Amino acid sequence: MTWLEPILLTIVTASTPLLLAALGELICERAGVLNLGVEGMMIIGAVCGFAVAHTTGSMSLGVIAAVVCSMIMSLLFGFLTLHLLCNQVATGLALTILGLGLSGLIGESFIGEPGHKLPQLELPFLSELPYVGRLLFAQDALVYISILGVILVSFVLFRTRLGLIIRATGDNHRSAHALGYSVRKVRYGAVLFGGACSGLAGAYLSLAYTPQWTEGMTAGRGWIALALVVFASWRPLRLLLGAYLFGAVSVLQFHAQAYGIALPSQLMSSLPYIVTIFVLVIISGNKQLTKINTPACLGKPFRPDR
Amino acid sequence: MPDELQTSGEDDHADYLIEARNISKQFGSTLANNCVNIAIKPGEIHALLGENGAGKSTLVKILYGALKASSGTLFWKGKPAEVSSPSAARKLGIGMVFQHFSLFDSLSVTENIALALPKGFKKKQLAEQIARVSHSYGLPLDPHALVADLPVGVRQRIEIVRCLLQNPDLIIMDEPTSVLTPQEAEQLFVTLKRLTDEGCSILYISHRLEEVQLICHNATIMRHGKVVHSCDPSKETAASLAQMMVGGEVHSITSHRQTATSKTLLEIDALSLEGSGPFSVSLKNISLQVQGGEVVAIAGIAGNGQGELFDVLSGETRLKDSYAIKYLGVPCGRRRVNARRRLGAAFVPEERLGHGAVPDMSLTENVLLTRHRSGDALVSAGMVNKSLCHALEARIIDEYDVRMAHPGSEAGALSGGNLQKFIVGRELDRRPRVMVINQPTWGVDAGAAALIRQSIIDLARSGAAVVVISQDLDEIYEVADRISVISRGQLSKAEPVATISREKIGLLMAGMAENQQDNEGPYAA
Repeated sequence: MTWLEPILLTIVTASTPLLLAALGELICERAGVLNLGVEGMMIIGAVCGFAVAHTTGSMSLGVIAAVVCSMIMSLLFGFLTLHLLCNQVATGLALTILGLGLSGLIGESFIGEPGHKLPQLELPFLSELPYVGRLLFAQDALVYISILGVILVSFVLFRTRLGLIIRATGDNHRSAHALGYSVRKVRYGAVLFGGACSGLAGAYLSLAYTPQWTEGMTAGRGWIALALVVFASWRPLRLLLGAYLFGAVSVLQFHAQAYGIALPSQLMSSLPYIVTIFVLVIISGNKQLTKINTPACLGKPFRPDR
Repeated sequence: MPDELQTSGEDDHADYLIEARNISKQFGSTLANNCVNIAIKPGEIHALLGENGAGKSTLVKILYGALKASSGTLFWKGKPAEVSSPSAARKLGIGMVFQHFSLFDSLSVTENIALALPKGFKKKQLAEQIARVSHSYGLPLDPHALVADLPVGVRQRIEIVRCLLQNPDLIIMDEPTSVLTPQEAEQLFVTLKRLTDEGCSILYISHRLEEVQLICHNATIMRHGKVVHSCDPSKETAASLAQMMVGGEVHSITSHRQTATSKTLLEIDALSLEGSGPFSVSLKNISLQVQGGEVVAIAGIAGNGQGELFDVLSGETRLKDSYAIKYLGVPCGRRRVNARRRLGAAFVPEERLGHGAVPDMSLTENVLLTRHRSGDALVSAGMVNKSLCHALEARIIDEYDVRMAHPGSEAGALSGGNLQKFIVGRELDRRPRVMVINQPTWGVDAGAAALIRQSIIDLARSGAAVVVISQDLDEIYEVADRISVISRGQLSKAEPVATISREKIGLLMAGMAENQQDNEGPYAA
């Protein structure tokens, strides 16, 4: 058991940013908006979180700054796609490019600066349980938030009226509009939630995963988060499963090397994408399933004819 | 009977449930509604008639709060009212059943209905309530079913039940019977009768004048954004109503039915085809022979295999058995669309935009799409002869009275009726020997529909074989020499128009051919 625990711990840290970012994108896509700018929002969150935490010395302020800055990015995306009806794919890609560039500029003076790690919140008694104690109950706040977030999103999406409205908007925005719901308001809300989640994911990277700032430190995690949403066929609980699976795959290569098993790292890092393609092929074979879960209006701009 | 309803206080505005005064709505430079007045009494079924583009939908959307009027006032139960949004309309007691349903495919019946109700319901209670109300009005629904799995008739019930659960005083219905079998429509009329007996008013929009005469107490007729007539439809004839709508004599269709004598031009022999996905219908052992000079109509409710049959006939879906379809005696089951066209066949699919024409292309370019290889020399040595295309386009526009805002319009900018006239004209202009048309006048106004139907008949009389696939029984009776019914992928034997009644067609549509063959009932025409 002693050799397993560190592996499992690294899986948790590798999976949490994926889970957080994908959770936001899931709500966004359920409302019918495809935001390909996750990577860009995430890295802005990472750099702003680190900068504020480093300057003020307050970790909480850092996390809040990450969330707010990513939300501003998502607001820009929302304004372009929901108000000006720009193409969502092109705008999302532009957002990623903007985020990567802007983060380099903001973070220039922070390269190489030592950072602090988010404190681990040890739950009394529970964290002393044998085997699982340290793994489950001695993590930092963002890990708990990511797990609670999955439960909360799942509950809201399938048990509440708000969730019903979000799903309805993504399924058929014309009908939602005809029934008197403001498609634009619902989508703004979803896009902002997506931004906030990406910000948390970014903050996790620069304040917990590797507590420092390096340029391009998101390293494609935003894209994996996007793939994850499809992998989970837009269901939050499957997202949890998928995030930990993808997280495990991405850290396994390091542990494999440590144990002298030679696996080409390129193969391992491409694995999440290969798995996603497989899942896509499998779910597209089942038309009924696809039809129920895929938001039918995903990526389509909506112009109310008023 | 209609006259006895609410005869007192005609002049007192407080007696109207809803009254719209001087409603105008401007879209850019066009006036979609021009000082429209309409008043509906409690407990009446009020018809709103007009051609496509007359401004009916605009008016209805204003009443329902989905559009904002540029000027004018609404009175609800005698008091001025602001209907700023659909939810405000629902709060007042106005419900709407849309023509293009406002349902969510991936949600259950209960969820669909919950979305239209105010907050604070329990899912389980709501499901029970849906089951109860829907049964009591003769519109049974399974509250847990997924909308994607339900046929159109049932989807409409969801819309109606959704309205009923809001206890409305006024229900607006946009073309409610266009998706129903005659029997389902009868059932709907019973439900409507019961609703009006309970004091609910209904604003009823329909193209079907017979139906309006049968059930409506009053009618308001619109043309070019204005109200041109108000009348009691039961005192008018279908022809006089049509005349009010169009503003002139509707070109009446002449058919001169004759028995087809020439040889068989289209032959379908024991055609079977497995459905290609969970939502497509399998075609089962379809046989049909169409002679030159006749029109055979295929009736049926949407989604019973019409689309699949059309694709097989046009060559978009190719068969393994080449002999299952013969055009002019040539086995064609495995041939492509263009090979069939070269034999003299022509096809008009159901969807105008995206299937019959490319929305973003000009009409000139659209001319080329079906005629580049049919011997008009539009293309020589790989080069497009533009002036010839232009000439052809001009000829079609002229001959089939296609109207557009400005010359060189894209196909997508034309109104439905005008685009359909163009597409039908494009195919007819080739003088085809065999023509297959799917839903020739779907969503087309009366004037354009009459022109299209007449040209279909004229084509047949000139010696061509024509197959018309349609859901509109009035249309079928107008154009067809023989009628066949498609139900769940099976095609009934084509029978001459004179010997097949509407009731029998209705039963065949519902797939009850076997037991009811000899019983034509008391309504047999």
